[in-house]
Amino acid sequence: MSGQTLYDKLWDQHLVKQRDDGTALIYIDRQLLHEVTSPQAFEGLRLAKRKPWRLDANLATPDHNVPTTLKERAEGNSGIKDPVSLIQVQTLDDNCKAFGIEEFQINDPRQGIVHVVGPEQGATLPGMTVVCGDSHTATHGAFAALAHGIGTSEVEHVLATQCLLAQKMKNMQVRVEGELGLGVTAKDVVLAIIGEIGTAGGTGYAIEFAGSAIASLSMEGRMTVCNMAIEAGARVGLIAVDDVTIDYLAERPFAPTAEQWQAAVADWRALVSDEDATFDKVVTLKAEEIEPQVSWGTSPEMVTGISGQVPDPLAADDETLKRSHTRALEYMGLQANQKITDIRLDKVFIGSCTNSRIEDLREAAKVARGKKVADSIKLAMVVPGSGLVKRQAEAEGLDKIFIDAGFEWREPGCSMCLAMNADKLGAGEHCASTSNRNFEGRQGYGGRTHLVSPAMAAAAAIAGHFVDVRTLAANDASHAQEA
Amino acid sequence: MKKFTRFNGIVAPLDRANVDTDLIIPKQFLKSIKRTGFGVNLFDELRYLDEGYPGQDCSQRPINPDFVLNLPRYQGAEVLLARRNFGCGSSREHAPWALEDFGFKVVIAPSFADIFYNNAFKNGILLITLSEEEVDTLFEEVEASEGYRLDVDLEHQRITTPGGQAFAFEVDAFRKHCLLNGLDDIGITLQDEDAIRAFEEKHRQARPWLFRQPA
Repeated sequence: MSGQTLYDKLWDQHLVKQRDDGTALIYIDRQLLHEVTSPQAFEGLRLAKRKPWRLDANLATPDHNVPTTLKERAEGNSGIKDPVSLIQVQTLDDNCKAFGIEEFQINDPRQGIVHVVGPEQGATLPGMTVVCGDSHTATHGAFAALAHGIGTSEVEHVLATQCLLAQKMKNMQVRVEGELGLGVTAKDVVLAIIGEIGTAGGTGYAIEFAGSAIASLSMEGRMTVCNMAIEAGARVGLIAVDDVTIDYLAERPFAPTAEQWQAAVADWRALVSDEDATFDKVVTLKAEEIEPQVSWGTSPEMVTGISGQVPDPLAADDETLKRSHTRALEYMGLQANQKITDIRLDKVFIGSCTNSRIEDLREAAKVARGKKVADSIKLAMVVPGSGLVKRQAEAEGLDKIFIDAGFEWREPGCSMCLAMNADKLGAGEHCASTSNRNFEGRQGYGGRTHLVSPAMAAAAAIAGHFVDVRTLAANDASHAQEA
Repeated sequence: MKKFTRFNGIVAPLDRANVDTDLIIPKQFLKSIKRTGFGVNLFDELRYLDEGYPGQDCSQRPINPDFVLNLPRYQGAEVLLARRNFGCGSSREHAPWALEDFGFKVVIAPSFADIFYNNAFKNGILLITLSEEEVDTLFEEVEASEGYRLDVDLEHQRITTPGGQAFAFEVDAFRKHCLLNGLDDIGITLQDEDAIRAFEEKHRQARPWLFRQPA
């Protein structure tokens, strides 16, 4: 018998019941809740006169709708100008209070984007099943937790039963081997993977990311990679436990302590795929071949390296793709064969559950230090992923670097990643964004999103168009040598 | 949930791959705390020529005359014919809520995104996966003949064209059972309450740190 994959092990550890019809009941250890996908679930519970199964498995925070200016946030919920958004945030507060669920409210320093908050608190642990009514729940798989997004009916199902009805996925391994070049980040790795396998390449699979380049990433980099598994069609992204995982979790508020910590660590060490495990599909990328990535279209698979160009739709493989590319170029206002470095930008957004952690802000600040945002940029904003990330960044003086360079320094939330609050693009505006989706209208009606890493976004803000961050790094290095 | 019964419905073709849930229902409409009323904003950015906002009277908005769902021949459509990877992106259940509220009971495509697939069935929408070739055939037929309808028979897992051609489709037994009987799956799961409690206790013994609260 061949060995088990990490996904197989996590599945087996949570299997309550396998039914004859192919579905299974899976036990859920952690549910994260936010204001957008939970109100109808709580309402469903009330209507059916049901109670949450296990209160302490749940943790809530508002993130999608919250304003990000200091002025608005100073007023708490009443600073939310949009009355519909206000009702939604207020409803989360009311539901958490009524049912007894722990919530980090709008101005709690621990508030932030759920996928930043969970790991930061140690509320995401290896070996857990984690769900949230948000597709980017795949993020938590970086900790070898079986984590995926669910719909609102499923949020209600988990609240009521602590279980999810599921079918076992297939196993895919994506290996990235070798050493990443200077200026090439976790974001570039995952964009390159999506470019390679496509937005439906992982549909039906749990993807385990492996190989020496993945192992070399920090926990935050690993979260960036797993976060975008869903953009490759996979609900689940996973990375095996190693010392990096364990070191990250030590002394986090929800993490075990003392003897329990020792027992937990011993258990977590087994959360790796067995050497003789078989995967239904294996894809391998060479780290050395990955350059900083920029998306040019309206699907995350429409991406290329910074030295590349916008493709010619007529060169696409089939009719459907040809039409998609033609439509994408029309929407994006780009020409076939246009160089990526010739794309001019109007706005820059550094934030989102993909790239708003402290290391992301450090990378961006390193590029922005002592420079100025180009005059042609209407707005460049940095939105930390949580109140604690913001506090840490300020302790390191990163806020000053950004502000001096002409960036706006904001309060934590999802912000312009999906533009449910006031932070959005105007029609036709091009944005260098560290978020995860470049769909039509995602960042604002008619807005044009280009997905990039934090360093690339900062470099684009300074230049006013895309530039290869590696040339900046090389210049800085040679200046340093001269000095 | 309503029981899914056999019906014969008008088919509307949406000839576009990778239709994401942002396109199905844009984010500004996710601010509602209700499950209903999303139908008027289904495909909002394609359907109207202006930017929509929640609570607006959509009958006063300029419509996009070229968008397929605005064409007179597809009014009253109950079957949406689509391309590959339909429903990709965000987990928003507002997407199937909007499709259902608009009047769609079935979506046919060569493939669907995983989260959308779950969400649709939980709202009584049947998703039918056919091969690329079969979907091509249907697109050709729908576009060629006005008033094109399909007979959808979930019980026997087949759809039949006006010309009498039948296409068989797969659907898992549990989802089919829930759809045909209009069942709430929380109720079904709670029939296993004892098994869940027993599992939970064993799980707590084996890995107590998963049940720990911060000091």
